[in-house]
Amino acid sequence: MKKSYLVCLSLLASFYAMAQEDSLGGMNMDAVYERPFLYNAYDRISVGGYLETHLEYKGEEGVNEGYSFDARRFTVFMSGQIAPRISFFSELEYEHGTEEIAIEFAAIDLQIHPALNIRGGVIMNPIGAFNQNHDGPKWLFVERPEMAVNLLPATFSNPGFGVFGKWRFGKTVLGYEAYLSNGFDGSIIDNEEGKTFLPAVKENPGRMGGSGNGALFTSGKISLKNPVFGELGFSHLGGVYNRFEGDGLVLDEKRRMDAIALDYSKSFEKTSTLLRAEFTRIFIDIAENYDESYGENQSGFYLDLEQVILNPELRAWPDAKVMVGLRFDYVDWNRDEFPFGQGEIGDELYAGSFALAFRPVSQTVLRLNYRRQLNVDLLNNPPTRGGAWFLGLSTYF
Amino acid sequence: MKRSLILISAAFLSFYGCEKTLPSAPAEHDLLDGPISGLTPAENAQFLAGDEGFSEVFTIERGLGPVFVASNCASCHPGDGKGTPFVQFTRFGQGDTNGNQFLSQGGPQLQHKAIPGYQPETLPPGAPSANFIAPSVTGLGFLDAVDDSTFLAFEDPNDLDGDGISGRAHFIDLPEYVRVREGSVQRNGRYMGRFGKKAGAHDLLHQTAMAYNQDMGITSIFESIDPYSGLEEDPEVSTQTVNQVVFYLKTLKTPIQRNSNEVEIGKNIFNNIGCGSCHIPNLRTGSSPIAALNFKDFQPYTDLLLHDMGPELDDGYTEGYALSSEWRTPPLWGLGLSKDAQGGRYFLMHDGRAASIEEAILLHGGEGATSRSNYLGLSENNKEDLIKFLESL
Ligand code: HEC
Ligand code: HEC
Repeated sequence: MKKSYLVCLSLLASFYAMAQEDSLGGMNMDAVYERPFLYNAYDRISVGGYLETHLEYKGEEGVNEGYSFDARRFTVFMSGQIAPRISFFSELEYEHGTEEIAIEFAAIDLQIHPALNIRGGVIMNPIGAFNQNHDGPKWLFVERPEMAVNLLPATFSNPGFGVFGKWRFGKTVLGYEAYLSNGFDGSIIDNEEGKTFLPAVKENPGRMGGSGNGALFTSGKISLKNPVFGELGFSHLGGVYNRFEGDGLVLDEKRRMDAIALDYSKSFEKTSTLLRAEFTRIFIDIAENYDESYGENQSGFYLDLEQVILNPELRAWPDAKVMVGLRFDYVDWNRDEFPFGQGEIGDELYAGSFALAFRPVSQTVLRLNYRRQLNVDLLNNPPTRGGAWFLGLSTYF
Repeated sequence: MKRSLILISAAFLSFYGCEKTLPSAPAEHDLLDGPISGLTPAENAQFLAGDEGFSEVFTIERGLGPVFVASNCASCHPGDGKGTPFVQFTRFGQGDTNGNQFLSQGGPQLQHKAIPGYQPETLPPGAPSANFIAPSVTGLGFLDAVDDSTFLAFEDPNDLDGDGISGRAHFIDLPEYVRVREGSVQRNGRYMGRFGKKAGAHDLLHQTAMAYNQDMGITSIFESIDPYSGLEEDPEVSTQTVNQVVFYLKTLKTPIQRNSNEVEIGKNIFNNIGCGSCHIPNLRTGSSPIAALNFKDFQPYTDLLLHDMGPELDDGYTEGYALSSEWRTPPLWGLGLSKDAQGGRYFLMHDGRAASIEEAILLHGGEGATSRSNYLGLSENNKEDLIKFLESL
């Protein structure tokens, strides 16, 4: 008994020693802390946020939708230091004006030690990197990566509870996160998209009020960051998604969905280049006799490159930057085979985008994007060609 | 420095000229779908509403199933084109004209998919059956607006002209909700069927109400019995939506022929070897409240009659009074564009068993046998000319 006590104490002491080391931050998992106007504000309530609006011009196969302004996002952050080592963070988002209002994040963190923090509230499941690190002003593109919004449910948040923490080994930082939360529901295979579509769960505000099936989802992430090789993350989100019981009566078998994601980012200081990439693979158990249009296997990735091309050193904005960006998006909503031996089912998207952006200060970006995309339907018919221009403004405040 | 800023501002301003930089429209004749030209603004609005209904995906909450074949019209008729065996369905249960003996076992259509927790239907042993892939749905308003008398004039049930082709209209019993066309011919209380592979539907409302019910498990005020429970249920699709979808089907344009002046030889061969006796090239609509359909000439390449196609196409399944070897002549318009809806290859004939136009021709038996042997007697060049013509449709 005494012995174990001692071990615990010494462990705590060593954690404490590590805690004294500074600059464990900068990872995707820290994104909620490291917003510009929240930084260093642990001793009082602070408020910040970001705004994203844009003008777009889109078309598909020669049918153009004309010009359209979109007040895409207005997001307010609030945080507060409640007591030493107890802090609160929240993010409230208004999308398209007040069309969609969502609590993206609202959690209390108990900071026991850098390697052990307890978080509870409305959490952001750490699947991939974008889900955690999605603030508009950080990106040169108006549209979020396809994989993050149309394959994984970007900014998917849920009431839940868990732990996270970090260790440092020399110059390398290892971070982990592990949460239990409410999960998905049958809408991922029963939705108006007519395909397996995880983001359909976001339509169900009921998930904030309770689990639809009494089964919790687990989500976890391990990331490594090192100044030389960059940041690499591996994450998982999964659980039983369907309603298998009602009032104790069996309605269906328990069916799982599992998503794994690999994310990587690296900034090259010398050349002022930033590379971000993410890949995901999703597995869904679907009732055997349900429609084969709904894929049991999905995958997607994106690759983002940003390059500073000019520092115009303007009088008002000495750190202003002109940047270009490139993005490639790929999503395959159905990797299954046709039952009649005609190869793999289609249902894919390819997109390439180019960005030209002006950052007067690091918190603000004015961006012009051009995008071309190809949508391949279920049957692999000739793809539908789409294109779009975006002129957007996004800023932290 | 200034210069680069000007350049950048210019780049941002280029936004205004962006139309030219987006994908251009494909040529109208390469597109199967789209409305008839000359619709009024009010008709355009109804067309758009119907288009939405046609692609509406039914969820479980919206009434899908419990047993079904697909969750939306457009999944079987992609881009208003033909379907593939991936989204085919099976009809079963009737081997002669004495009606369907398997109605209590799920007939006449197999709903082989089910929402989670439910079991789909399985084909009862011994039930006669046939598989069907979806036809394209373009130009149907024109076929709908032709007078009965036009089609009945092509009938020759006893082959009096001795050309080996008889052909008869399928006279069917109508459900109560179908209102017969003005001037419809009646035989023994039955009316002419025009739509479906065996001409089992009188008009586009009849076809559409059946499709909601049998293909998706969606009840309407027209077809209110759920195929799973066999019970009457509340409508799961509004009457207005059904009507809009019917309007949409009526006002889809006819496919436009491509390279028409390069395929004259093939066109003549088509008529000379007897293809045009069933695949009638030219028809004319009667009067229609939709001006764009009122007394218009069009080229569907069908007579909408049933023909005995011989043992080659006899699956042993009967529908209504159409015998198991009898099939309605399908329109050939849009044939060359059908690959664009079928994943880049052909699936022709009622179940997609023909992988090329030539294979389709070679499957013509019965009343089609003469034209098939005429085809086989053609020189290779002439065969090519004929196929080139068919691909231009
Ligand atoms: C499961 C696939 C499937 C779905 C879903 C489906 N169809 Fe069809 N459709 C078919 C098949 C197969 C046929 C041929 C049926 C027959 O012979 O009776 C057909 C025939 C038709 C026809 C007749 C065309 C002709 O040339 O005779 C029309 C019109 C039509 N469908 C409209 C619709 C509408 C409207 C819907 C949605 C309410 C729909 N379909 C849903 C497969 C489908
Ligand atoms: C006796 C009437 C008749 C004659 C003559 C005839 N056809 Fe057909 N044709 C049909 C019928 C009926 C079908 C549909 C059979 C089925 O669905 O299984 C058909 C189907 C086809 C198809 C496939 C269409 C599709 O959408 O799947 C093609 C192509 C075709 N015919 C071309 C020809 C050509 C070319 C000739 C002349 C060599 C010809 N037909 C002569 C009645 C006829």
